[in-house]
Amino acid sequence: MSVFQIKENPEVFDAIVVGSGAGGGMAGYILANAGLKVLMLEAGPFFDPAKDAMQLRWPWESPRRGAGVTRPFGDFDAAYGGWQLEGEPYSKVAGTEFEWFRARMLGGRTNHWGRISLRMGPDDFKPTDGVTDSWPISYEEVKPFYDRVDRMIGVYGTVEGIHNEPDGIFMKPPKPRLNELYITKGARKAGVPVIPGRGAVLTESSPEIKGRGTCFYCGQCGRSCKVYGDFSSSSCLVIPAMKTGNLKVIDNAMVREVLTNDEGLAIGVSYVDTKDLQEYAVKGKKVILGASACESARLLLNSKSKSHPGGIGNSSGLVGKYLHDSTGASLGGFLPQLLDRKRYNEDGAGSVHIYSPWWGDHNKLNFPRGYHIEYGGGLHMPSYGFLNFVPNVNGMVPGKNGEKKEMGGYGAGLKDDYRRFYGANVGMAGRGTALARKENYCEIDPGKVDKFGIPVLRFHYKWANEEIAQAKHMQETFQSIMHEMGAIITSNIPGADTLYGLEAPGKIIHEGGTTRMGDDPKTSVLNKWGQAHDCKNVYVVDAGPFVQQGDKNLTWTILALSMRTAEYILEQNKKLA
Amino acid sequence: MNRRDSLKALGLIAAGSGVLASACKDEKGQSAKQVENASDKLPGVQEFEYKRTEALMAETFFTEHEMATITVLADIIIPKDEVSGSASEAGVPAFIEFMSKDIPSYQTPLRGGLKWLDVQCQKTYGNAFVKCKKEQQIALVDEIAYPQKAKPEMAQGVAFFSLMRDLTSTGFFTSEIGVKDIGYQGNKPGIWNGVPADVLASHGFDPDKFFG
Repeated sequence: MSVFQIKENPEVFDAIVVGSGAGGGMAGYILANAGLKVLMLEAGPFFDPAKDAMQLRWPWESPRRGAGVTRPFGDFDAAYGGWQLEGEPYSKVAGTEFEWFRARMLGGRTNHWGRISLRMGPDDFKPTDGVTDSWPISYEEVKPFYDRVDRMIGVYGTVEGIHNEPDGIFMKPPKPRLNELYITKGARKAGVPVIPGRGAVLTESSPEIKGRGTCFYCGQCGRSCKVYGDFSSSSCLVIPAMKTGNLKVIDNAMVREVLTNDEGLAIGVSYVDTKDLQEYAVKGKKVILGASACESARLLLNSKSKSHPGGIGNSSGLVGKYLHDSTGASLGGFLPQLLDRKRYNEDGAGSVHIYSPWWGDHNKLNFPRGYHIEYGGGLHMPSYGFLNFVPNVNGMVPGKNGEKKEMGGYGAGLKDDYRRFYGANVGMAGRGTALARKENYCEIDPGKVDKFGIPVLRFHYKWANEEIAQAKHMQETFQSIMHEMGAIITSNIPGADTLYGLEAPGKIIHEGGTTRMGDDPKTSVLNKWGQAHDCKNVYVVDAGPFVQQGDKNLTWTILALSMRTAEYILEQNKKLA
Repeated sequence: MNRRDSLKALGLIAAGSGVLASACKDEKGQSAKQVENASDKLPGVQEFEYKRTEALMAETFFTEHEMATITVLADIIIPKDEVSGSASEAGVPAFIEFMSKDIPSYQTPLRGGLKWLDVQCQKTYGNAFVKCKKEQQIALVDEIAYPQKAKPEMAQGVAFFSLMRDLTSTGFFTSEIGVKDIGYQGNKPGIWNGVPADVLASHGFDPDKFFG
């Protein structure tokens, strides 16, 4: 017996889906429901929110009280993984930066995401300013799929009629918390619009949505939901698709490469079992990549053969190029009006209750595109570090006796200050359009492999003036909103030396663009259906196909496009039959 | 499923997992210890996380003297009052011991800070901090508890005390005693129908309008 043996599965699947997040989950769901025999490979373990969610746990049930030691967003957060994974490194070209978040689990990052579900608008698909390339498809072409995703998965919001912030088919939104009422008042005074949030949380039951509970307002979507009251790919797509009998999931399966034949067509994939390191090869008529924008690019680049010497999809040389995350910057403070506030259950929904859609007038701005603002604060569940701000601000406002006290302190007075300031904090964070640039990319690091022997990614990403000017504008806006609502800013206000608090690329976890779609095979990796120009039975359904994302969090668009790609595959099959 | 069904499903899930967990513990015959440590392998906890926590729990970082000092300090920062118990009653010293192992970068500032405190007390009062009289302890804490008015030569003490204060407030207000004290009302199934009308009225918002 040889030491290195590859076990080959004789079954030929109609489709192999790599990855089980929003993109892979939706493709698997549509194809399995249409009767195709589908194999889904997930690099992490199986995860079912009904059993595995940390929802409704108390802080003292974690010895570190939920601190972000083994998970970046804390012990109770649903994501297995983070910006660094043991034995799965990535590198960066000197002088550039990128932080790559990976969740290794069934459902991927959809188990912990903010459920903020925004459609990209007509101008996001077909920009009118000429700054970035047009998508090969328009909003009107994607709209029917957005509509179906709304009905199938459920999203709350309100019809507002804003041109580039298209309305959907909405359930009723949760009402604002007290701090959110103050924010709304202040923001509107500052000339910034605020509308009810749009989130993938079931605030109502729907005859079209079966097997899922409605929201019971614990505010913990980030922990994933035991009654499937919010959207996770695991609970809403993969597990239901398995019930058709047509979708088989293999977990702990890290895909090594897409295998091709002499004609250059895909015939399957090879993968390694991450638990026992056994190697496998499986056959499929179609290979659908939903491994995440950068992971799918890595897989394509690592799939080299005689017919694809630079990797599959890479005859354009563009796999990995045009990598872009969202911009992000934030500011925090507290509202003196909320000191000593009355206590009540303010958990609400776990997605946003309110947000500010982009409002800017480009005639008056020195940067293209824009950003939306998400807001925080409220009487939330105590967690690690949640009162650390108090000794730094308790000298900023008069005490109960009307006199200012010295900052800091200890004892009964401080204990009372903690109670006094609890729930008085407010925060705001901008999420904006970072331009998709050819010069920002990931590529295969020529000198490094991961613990499975798979060549790893090397990133090359730099912010440019457009993003920095946008972050500066965010900080100015945040300050004017804070001012108008009478808040006291407690963050250091970041200046030019820190790029106005602009987070490193990758930190917002909205990366896309690495396998962009287009009509011309010389300037794009995929056609407008998400199908590789140079390998007709390989498709990409994550955020890789994005030509340019708007300031809208990408999940809803990934879902709509993946549904569209899956149905295109079904139509093609029908034509052949 | 409507909301009532959600709650029913949730109740069943909660009861089911509780029964399973206690059955496992009984088999091992160590239920009391594990509950006390809050280190049961809860569903959804990854194997490596569980093992890591178990290993940290088995280690000891602070000496008895250091733990005694931490306990006195924690209770100076959060004493018992008419609403709730003290930091040590809420298990804060054990929490700080755990965190110093969980986040090793805390070890030097904490151990060094405790030593700094003892050296100061030795110089001024001829005794280690825990052996000093209450008013002597307070006199020294007064020198390091107010960052903006502390003397420059006390800056290291201020940094140490700030870290102790943050760990103490987290340890206390995330404990069962502390969560009750601070009045957090959530983490249970319910209906969110917006801010209660009396609260809206007292803040000048109109209960009939979505945005007040």
